[in-house]
Amino acid sequence: MNRENLLLRVRGLSTHFYSRGHTIYALDGVSFEIKKGMTFGLVGETGCGKSVTALSILRLIPSPPGKIVQGEIHFRGRELLHLTEEEIRSIRGKEISMIFQEPMTSLNPVFRIGEQMMEVIMLHQKVGKRQAYERAVEMLERVHMPEAEKVMRQFPHQLSGGMRQRVMIAMELSCRPYLLIADEPTTALDVTIQAQILRLLKEMKRELDTSILLITHDLGVIAEMCDRVGVMYAGSIVEEASVEEIFEDPKHPYTKGLWGAIPRMEEEKESLSVIPGVVPDLSHPPKGCKFHPRCSFRFDPCDRLVPPLVETSSVHFVACFLYQGKERDG
Amino acid sequence: MGEGRRPSILFHKGDGMGRYILKRIFMLLPVLFGVSLISFSLLHLVPGDPAILMAGEDANPEFIQAVRKEYGLDQPLYIQYFHFVSHVIRGDFGISIRNREPVIKLLKERFLFTVQLSFISILIAGFVGLIAGIISSTKQYSLFDHLSMVGALFGISMPIFWFGLLLMLVFSVHLRWFPAGGKGTILHLILPAIALGASGAAVIARMTRASMLEVIRQDYIRTARANGLREFIVIYKHALKNAMIPVVTVFGLEFGYMLGGAVLTETVFSLPGVGRLMVDGIFQRDYPIVQGSMLLVATTFVLVNLLTDIAYAFFDPRIRYE
Amino acid sequence: MNEKGLLKRGQIGEVWRRLRRNRAAIGGGIIVLLFVFIAIFAPWLSPYPPNEGDLTKRLKSPCREHLFGTDPLGRDLLSRVIYGARISLQIQIISVSIALVIGTLLGMIGGYYGGRLDNLIMRLMDILLAFPGIFLAISIIAVLGPGLTNLMLAAGIYSIPQFARIVRGSVISLKEKEFIEAARAVGERDLDILFRYLLPNSMAPIIVQTTLRMATVLLTASGLSFLGLGVQPPTPEWGAMLSNARAYLITAPHVATVPGLAIMLVVMGFNLFGDGLRDSLDPRLRD
Repeated sequence: MNRENLLLRVRGLSTHFYSRGHTIYALDGVSFEIKKGMTFGLVGETGCGKSVTALSILRLIPSPPGKIVQGEIHFRGRELLHLTEEEIRSIRGKEISMIFQEPMTSLNPVFRIGEQMMEVIMLHQKVGKRQAYERAVEMLERVHMPEAEKVMRQFPHQLSGGMRQRVMIAMELSCRPYLLIADEPTTALDVTIQAQILRLLKEMKRELDTSILLITHDLGVIAEMCDRVGVMYAGSIVEEASVEEIFEDPKHPYTKGLWGAIPRMEEEKESLSVIPGVVPDLSHPPKGCKFHPRCSFRFDPCDRLVPPLVETSSVHFVACFLYQGKERDG
Repeated sequence: MGEGRRPSILFHKGDGMGRYILKRIFMLLPVLFGVSLISFSLLHLVPGDPAILMAGEDANPEFIQAVRKEYGLDQPLYIQYFHFVSHVIRGDFGISIRNREPVIKLLKERFLFTVQLSFISILIAGFVGLIAGIISSTKQYSLFDHLSMVGALFGISMPIFWFGLLLMLVFSVHLRWFPAGGKGTILHLILPAIALGASGAAVIARMTRASMLEVIRQDYIRTARANGLREFIVIYKHALKNAMIPVVTVFGLEFGYMLGGAVLTETVFSLPGVGRLMVDGIFQRDYPIVQGSMLLVATTFVLVNLLTDIAYAFFDPRIRYE
Repeated sequence: MNEKGLLKRGQIGEVWRRLRRNRAAIGGGIIVLLFVFIAIFAPWLSPYPPNEGDLTKRLKSPCREHLFGTDPLGRDLLSRVIYGARISLQIQIISVSIALVIGTLLGMIGGYYGGRLDNLIMRLMDILLAFPGIFLAISIIAVLGPGLTNLMLAAGIYSIPQFARIVRGSVISLKEKEFIEAARAVGERDLDILFRYLLPNSMAPIIVQTTLRMATVLLTASGLSFLGLGVQPPTPEWGAMLSNARAYLITAPHVATVPGLAIMLVVMGFNLFGDGLRDSLDPRLRD
């Protein structure tokens, strides 16, 4: 793995939530890497821990119920979990930015768009009001916001959902972060707007040289946007590969099951295959491999031991005992 | 990059504020009409001949007739109402039956006093309430939170007049820190203001706490933190401005309740306010005084509510465009 | 809530369970029950007749014969406080009932029929509300004159707007729901819709408001009596008792402390219970 190209490396990240006497094991040893210039997709069902992963990276997990109990998050040579509060704040919005799923509620309703954008710019870039204003307008124009100066004076409720998401993108990219975390950025939008926003993200990535961690449950978005993909299930990554390999050669039974559920035009199928069973309760996770109760391929070790993530073919990782022993040498 | 781009943050032009204010003013006209109607009809709703009521029970018939002519009591009601309103607008509230002086003179002094008292009360209540509410919300379930919520419970449950008596007992009689009554310096107003403001402080504290708790859970607070803003800014700028929206209404209402409830404090501390004036007027059957007080206090409250509505629109831009 | 909109038995159980867990609400409930008990059984609980005073025993401090001491006219304070509970409860029940019935009717009519009728009703409420708080009650007394009956009327009228608003709000939000549309489509009469569907579904806020209003009415009624505009002597009402106690604040502070304490405790009880009810009935609080 080329060291110089490495932007973010997450290893064994575990985050727990404590409530009323029981513990929710939201993340259980999440590991993946993002290189410079890459769009990394994190895909999985609702509740598998994708958003918790994103919030953990920026240490935004609310600390009374939640706690990052273990793990390493290396970012540009620094260990994020060891930084002080002040240090991590200087990274948020500046080196790592995040956009959220709900553009309708993610902007403060009582401040104008311009004020909110300028606040972030002035915080991280030590410039005066006038310069911040001009940079904000410039960013809005970059995201193809019509009448950018007028929008600066407007309040969030005066804009549509798609426009608000554009504002969010403009705001979060205004300080040229190295990594943009996009948590389901299009899920709450109209299908037509979705395509526009995705196109915009691609364009911004190109222009500003930003890497993207794209979180979604939509396989179509993954296919469209990502270079590499990590599949999450019940709090850990079960498979990670390039986007081509993940679609053409899925290895983990869960991934195969996910793909089986997509209707395809070429195939003739009577019914969509469904993965039997339900997502496990994360306060009482199954022993061993967390997917084993629903897995049609399970065998002896699956209900006792947790399968580690191992590399099979070139840069294709799977956490499944079916592939132990087929690791690549070296 | 053009020249002369002045990034004025206020951006108030063409916001919809003007239209909103006009709409609000328009909506309170019927209420003012109703208030004036009620005040006017007081004299006529009380059982008995208004002329006799005004002249005095034991006045002789010629005097009663003279009073009837002078106050136009023989005219149709709607004409009387018209006279009533046209006099009031010119500042003429009639003559006090008891001491034959212009009502306006008494009213002015007393009313200003009560406004002064209420103003100090709302300042105290707002100060205490806001701080307690904000700190409680940021430290939910802490000792401070529990203490202030218990304190708020006491605040809304204590009768004003009893609290006033207690304060007087402790601070004037035993500790001798404050005078026990009458007007004079600001020292005379502190205890009454505290008694009057206690329940306002409680209401404001509870409302602020609830509002802040609600706001802090919102997505845009998460965005502010994700952008790297300091927690202090997140709470006291981003959260607070949103949380204040419902609290503003409460401020206006509580000030009104203080105006209305001042009578209780004025009685306990022997203060010359409009509340006391009105109640004395009721006992003495001095109807012009009572009418004048009713009209003045109610109209003021209506105006206070108007100001509150305007302030609300200042805090919540979404309202301006309705 | 099922289609017919009435609370299912299981839901009432749920509300009760939540209420039981709220210790403050239980405390409040106990105070309220105690208050009602004392009010009902006053003649049996009271050691002396409340209005008979022995002038040789004026202003005695609490002692074995008179647990709370005596008042300026030699009457036993404990007995007066006990009977005061009775008077207060009477005032509260009548006033709140007036407000409940009239306010609910106005709210239902205005909320359901909308349009000009609703506007008129709301303007009327606004006019009432233009007189702040106790000032409204005082103004009504100004017209009616002092006295117990007028006190109850005044306190009742002064509470109407809150009930009207709450019921109206509830009716307006329920009006649009599908089960109402369904009822109308089937041809149910307006009166039926109002009383069989809309009213029962609005019970939760009505009950909460009733409880909290009992507290407010007690404060207002005692305030009016304190001013001399409510009950007339020698009726033992807590606010009136405080008014008498003013002159003896220094010499006999117990005369002022006890009735005020009674008011505060009862108001607190209703407030705690009312808050607890509101929290238990709030459908958003799913655990």
